[in-house]
Amino acid sequence: MATKELAGSSVEVNEEGYLTDRTQWNEAVAAALATEEGIELSDEHWKVLKFIESDFAEKQAVPGMRRLNKVGGIPTKDLYRLFPGGPIKKAARIAGFPKPASCV
Amino acid sequence: MKKLLILGAGTAGTIMANTMSRKAGKDWEITIVDQSEVHYYQPGYLFMPFGVYTEKDVQKPRKKFLPSRATYRQSGIEQICPEDNKVILAGGEELGYDILIVGTGCRIAPEEIDGLTGSDWGKRSHDFYTFEGARKLTAAMKDWQGGRLVINIAEMPIKCPVAPLEFAFLADWYLTQRGLREKTEIVYTTPLSGAFTKPVASAILNHLLEEKGIIVEQDFAIGSVDNEGHKIVSWDEREVPYDLLVSVPTNMGDRLIERSNMGDELNFIPTNRDTLQAKAKENIFVIGDATDLPTSKAGSVAHFEAEVLTENILSYMKGEEMEERFDGHANCFIESGFGKGFLLDFNYEQEPVPGHFPFPHVGPFGLLSQTRLNHLGKLAFKYVYWHMLLKGYPIPFVDHRMSYLGKKIPNKAKASA
Ligand SMILES: Cc1cc2nc3c(=O)[nH]c(=O)nc-3n(C[C@H](O)[C@H](O)[C@H](O)COP(=O)(O)OP(=O)(O)OC[C@H]3O[C@@H](n4cnc5c(N)ncnc54)[C@H](O)[C@@H]3O)c2cc1C
Repeated sequence: MATKELAGSSVEVNEEGYLTDRTQWNEAVAAALATEEGIELSDEHWKVLKFIESDFAEKQAVPGMRRLNKVGGIPTKDLYRLFPGGPIKKAARIAGFPKPASCV
Repeated sequence: MKKLLILGAGTAGTIMANTMSRKAGKDWEITIVDQSEVHYYQPGYLFMPFGVYTEKDVQKPRKKFLPSRATYRQSGIEQICPEDNKVILAGGEELGYDILIVGTGCRIAPEEIDGLTGSDWGKRSHDFYTFEGARKLTAAMKDWQGGRLVINIAEMPIKCPVAPLEFAFLADWYLTQRGLREKTEIVYTTPLSGAFTKPVASAILNHLLEEKGIIVEQDFAIGSVDNEGHKIVSWDEREVPYDLLVSVPTNMGDRLIERSNMGDELNFIPTNRDTLQAKAKENIFVIGDATDLPTSKAGSVAHFEAEVLTENILSYMKGEEMEERFDGHANCFIESGFGKGFLLDFNYEQEPVPGHFPFPHVGPFGLLSQTRLNHLGKLAFKYVYWHMLLKGYPIPFVDHRMSYLGKKIPNKAKASA
């Protein structure tokens, strides 16, 4: 764990750069985390982040790809365009949530 | 008479029919429904393509394992109507219940992947999660002369999450025996960032893949299959060509769950992880692969769940508090080829770690280490399955609550689940 300055606030992150305390998250922090991933947040990105946030409140888990498609209405193709490389991992980090643990 | 209705006579349903027949009061009538007359030993599908088991080893008449107290109905199930406490069978007949147990498992859904059921399906591309798939793959392995053998996991969760890895290890062994290993590239493509979902086991198994010269393509989320070019393509446009594709397609709960509007996006039923009660209705219980619980979908898990569920349903029948708690315990042997195997033992909180099982220091099984005895344990599982597990008898020395004794728990693995 380490403390880090992001967008003017100091936040706790784990060794992989995920926030460990979501109360430290805000939109400016999200934008700064996105910049680290080489992403500039647009309305489309925000739609994904907002869905992750509301779904996490309901399920206490970061939604998987299929849930983002079926429940969130966001096609996989778009997710890869918006968050190249690893959409779920990157979107979860920017949204201030833990790295999604896939089930065993 | 009050009615206990069980849907699905696979591993979980059969165990529950047996334990409830022994323990439920005489005022309960027990009925169990399944669509087919054959009970398949699914763990055996893994061994068919390598000639270790034949078709005969993996199938027996379903009725043989069901208790005489329970009425067996062979029929498709159309829909569950939780509001009316009834189930509609394929022919339209309705069965009422006071308590319902759903054990309809999960199935592969190759149609979920663009192109997977195209012209290569059943020819150059196969599965081993169904009896038919394993049969066809057996023939393909027999005819194999070398080339690129690609294993793909479409998405998680899948039942028996170690089975694809075991397939890779066994293919390495089988092809070495037949003098074809040098002519074969084995490629393991997975959506995970390593061999397994949990870090300690993943590191150990990754190392083994490397030792065996199996190429790993990780973080590979399959988008489509190109049947003309014989290659799989990921969403981020990586291409992996194959001569033989061994696919583990998306796993989903039965369509019945979707028709009944009871499932999540994969038709798994939201279930209370402690009591195994369906979140939707208090007189519905869910067991085995049909649940959405964050533990392995495995026969061993169904067995541990059954011990908990039996006690809880008995309490529920008497109108008492349900006190038994399921901890997510899973216990899986992993075949690693050349007559050796691993053993994993874990639960919701504790990831698999090295150690001894079931007795500290003694074993005889080695956790997360490769031994011959673990391999024999895996083969013995077939006997245990048909003769003890399906009857719902406790497995000697192995409790449904995972034991921390004998496990070497590194500091980090302790907390992270
Ligand atoms: C290749 C492979 C290897 C495996 N290896 C292992 C292993 O080594 N160890 C281990 O512990 N587990 C292993 N498993 C997993 C294990 O087989 C399953 O987890 C277990 O069978 C789950 O039991 P279940 O009762 O939930 O589902 P199932 O046993 O699949 O039973 C579900 C039943 O419901 C019936 N059904 C479903 N829908 C309907 C409907 N609409 N109408 C009528 N009937 C219906 C089906 O016919 C079926 O009989 C393996 C699985 C596979 C595929």
